[in-house]
Amino acid sequence: MPPRCIDNLFLRFIQLVSLVSIVSLLFIIFFLVKESYLIVQEKPILTVFTDPAWHPLDGQFLLLPMMVGSLLIMLGAMLIALPIGLLTAILCRYYAPRWFATIIQRLMEVFAGIPAVVYGFWGVMVIVPAIAAWQAPGTSLLAGILVLTFIVTPGVTIISYHNLSQVNQTLLHSAIALGLSRYNIIRHIIFPEVKHGLITATTLQSGRAIGETLAVLMVCGNVVQLPGSVFEPIRTLTSNIALEMAYAMDTHRSALFLSGLLLLLIVLVLAFIAESMQKPKAESQ
Amino acid sequence: MKLPSNYNPADILLAGFSWLSGLLVLLCFGYLFADIFSNGYAHLDWQFITTAPENAGRDGGIAPMIISTTILLFFALLFSLPIGIFSAIYLAEYTSYEHRFARLLRYALNTLAAVPSIVMGMFGFAFFVIILQIGFSLLAGALTLAIMILPLLIRNIEDSLRNIPHTYRLNAAALGLSQVRTIFQILLPMAKHGIAMAVVLSVGRAMAETAALLFTAGYVMRMPDSLMDSGRSLSVHIFDLSMNVPGGEKAAYATTIVLLFSILIINAATVLLSNQITRRSPM
Amino acid sequence: MNNLPTISHLQIVPDEYRKAPNAQDVATLIEIKNLSLNIDQQAIFSNISIPIYSKHINVLIGPSGCGKSSLLNAIIRLTDFTKDAHLQGEILVANKNILNPNCNLIELRKKVAMIFQKPTPFPMSIYKNFEIPLKEHGVKNKIDIAAKMQSALKSVGLWKEVKDRLNKNALSLSGGQQQRLCIARALTLAPAALLLDEPCSALDPISSQIIEELLLELKQKYTILVVTHNLSQAKRIADYVAFMWYVNQCGRLVEHNEAAIIFNKPSNPLTSAYVQGVTG
Ligand SMILES: Nc1ncnc2c1ncn2[C@@H]1O[C@H](COP(=O)(O)OP(=O)(O)OP(=O)(O)O)[C@@H](O)[C@H]1O
Ligand SMILES: [Mg+2]
Repeated sequence: MPPRCIDNLFLRFIQLVSLVSIVSLLFIIFFLVKESYLIVQEKPILTVFTDPAWHPLDGQFLLLPMMVGSLLIMLGAMLIALPIGLLTAILCRYYAPRWFATIIQRLMEVFAGIPAVVYGFWGVMVIVPAIAAWQAPGTSLLAGILVLTFIVTPGVTIISYHNLSQVNQTLLHSAIALGLSRYNIIRHIIFPEVKHGLITATTLQSGRAIGETLAVLMVCGNVVQLPGSVFEPIRTLTSNIALEMAYAMDTHRSALFLSGLLLLLIVLVLAFIAESMQKPKAESQ
Repeated sequence: MKLPSNYNPADILLAGFSWLSGLLVLLCFGYLFADIFSNGYAHLDWQFITTAPENAGRDGGIAPMIISTTILLFFALLFSLPIGIFSAIYLAEYTSYEHRFARLLRYALNTLAAVPSIVMGMFGFAFFVIILQIGFSLLAGALTLAIMILPLLIRNIEDSLRNIPHTYRLNAAALGLSQVRTIFQILLPMAKHGIAMAVVLSVGRAMAETAALLFTAGYVMRMPDSLMDSGRSLSVHIFDLSMNVPGGEKAAYATTIVLLFSILIINAATVLLSNQITRRSPM
Repeated sequence: MNNLPTISHLQIVPDEYRKAPNAQDVATLIEIKNLSLNIDQQAIFSNISIPIYSKHINVLIGPSGCGKSSLLNAIIRLTDFTKDAHLQGEILVANKNILNPNCNLIELRKKVAMIFQKPTPFPMSIYKNFEIPLKEHGVKNKIDIAAKMQSALKSVGLWKEVKDRLNKNALSLSGGQQQRLCIARALTLAPAALLLDEPCSALDPISSQIIEELLLELKQKYTILVVTHNLSQAKRIADYVAFMWYVNQCGRLVEHNEAAIIFNKPSNPLTSAYVQGVTG
């Protein structure tokens, strides 16, 4: 066969192979929609906000507490992890001696790769008892937030550091030449430069956080309720799926798929926000 | 990069808070590490790694989980590495960033990468386990993992192909090499470290995965007989021990050390490989 | 830069394809006729007509950015790799127009070899550098490969230096050796012509001299087209010289003739300014 034919065949072939990713994604969406269809058929979709409770076997499908639980836990974790991660990155980049910065960087890379279930397990062994000693029962919104904070902090630190190191060197040199103080350089020169990158990264990490399942399930107590305080147990959308998927049937199963679809939508919206946040930076370059 | 250190109250405050959070991070994660090691160390020995679990995992070892994890990783890679390499070749060698199909593909990959693992697990359950009737099995788990690592593989391999200077492609063409030969005999060998890096990163990601495996690979503790057998990964084992097995903490700690150790090896491999790549990059 | 002739001084005559007066019966292997290149609506060069004489050293000179490399790339259609690049006109290689859409590019590139400015051996063993292209072109037998490699390496004078390290990475060679390796690699395909794009610009004077001597030897057998910025080098090796300049960012041919005429009594004032080193 002449080489030109082989080249053409090969191109067709890899085009076909490339379709696998797209088809997989379509399959995922298709199955989520297909499996959620049953419940949408039987009840209006707003059911998930208006039913009196989550009693799937009795046909009550209130998902609201789980949504609130997911959101609270994500927000809580991001609110702690963001300042700590950013400040740690600032420390590594501008204040700490090199060796110290390197240690933290390497450590964060390692911890970013650690399975979330390890943090969950450690939460069960250490964090939950510690909270329980203070306020029973220990398995609570707070425990979930703390464990999730452990999970997202390494990522937030790494990305913040990466964003800081992308700042234009000549810009910094001219700021230094102007005799600006270190605080002013960080606050007024560097921060505006990295703001967009940080927002993007934070939004993406939030998607990670809200999708986290087992680690959160292990420490949150999993009671379906709107929590009155951070010491009360909660259940997230993801835990709900993990807990009930194994035995769910019919509309119950369908309701779980609906919550999966909901999760996917939230994550995609977050990803979309992240992407649109990136734009202004690209234009200014 | 060092900034001039002229102290004023705001600067001291910022420095103070930075050091505070830096030390807090160091302390917390250091404590986590120390706690896991001090608790798991005693339980960990050669026997633990090489024997089957007894008494729901409280005693005995974790050999079947190590085997199951290895099988899951191996087959996930077996399925997705070829697809990953070919897709990456398509993206890097045949399309520009603006190409329409390429943009669609990239968009799909980004979306795929953002799908929460529990949702991936639901899909694997509904599709591989039920519709394709594979049942709870290592095969279903590996297929689900394969889809999960695909975006990571493709992105990294595409990057390493794009990092090869254009002159090599011109050179190969000037020698009358066909495009297929250029790709397979010149570009892929040149990108081998990048591909290895992509593999290592995906293995790390797949090894950390738990939620997607619960409903696909299942959590039978026995040594798997075949791909169609259910099998429990190390991460699922930790989950199960700490949630469902009272008194399983010691074994869970020890399993965690094994898992952490593998992750550390993977991290070391990543660092070594990226050093290799940066050392060779200005070709 | 004050002595730069302004555009109004330019009389760029040879829009038509014509051979040098004293070379009417010298054979040409490649004929570039009214060739223009546009990249993304931007004219890179236009209306270039140059005969490339067989078994002579043809040299292309001109200021940076006037399109010399692009012209070389066009001859073996490497411009296909550039997005939105459009060639117009004719390039005849052995009397066949290679701009024809169904021209066999692999055959063309086998016939006309190109050496790039930066030595670019593939980052693998020296042996592999020969094996891959030879296998592509149907030489499968190990003994044949070794024989062809050896004779090519000998003809560039590299055999003695590398014969004990054929399995070493080609990047471990010096820059000059790498460039000669690239020439040898091209020669194994038995091309009729060699295009060299500033082959010596990345090399020290001694390596450059080796390459120059090599070219003078190779012209017995091959048609050679060299781009160089080094005018004294051009004087030393050229048989024919084409001089390009740019008008409004677009490369044009100013003059093409025997080397002796271009360097001693060029007809265009711009050429004489350039070769005397006043401009460029
Ligand atoms: N891929 C491309 N896209 C757009 N413009 C290009 C491209 N390649 C070359 N050019 C333009 O074509 C013109 C000629 O470039 P070329 O490299 O041929 O010049 P040259 O004469 O070889 O210069 P030098 O002596 O510096 O090598 C330049 O203005 C360059 O910017
Ligand atoms: Mg050039």
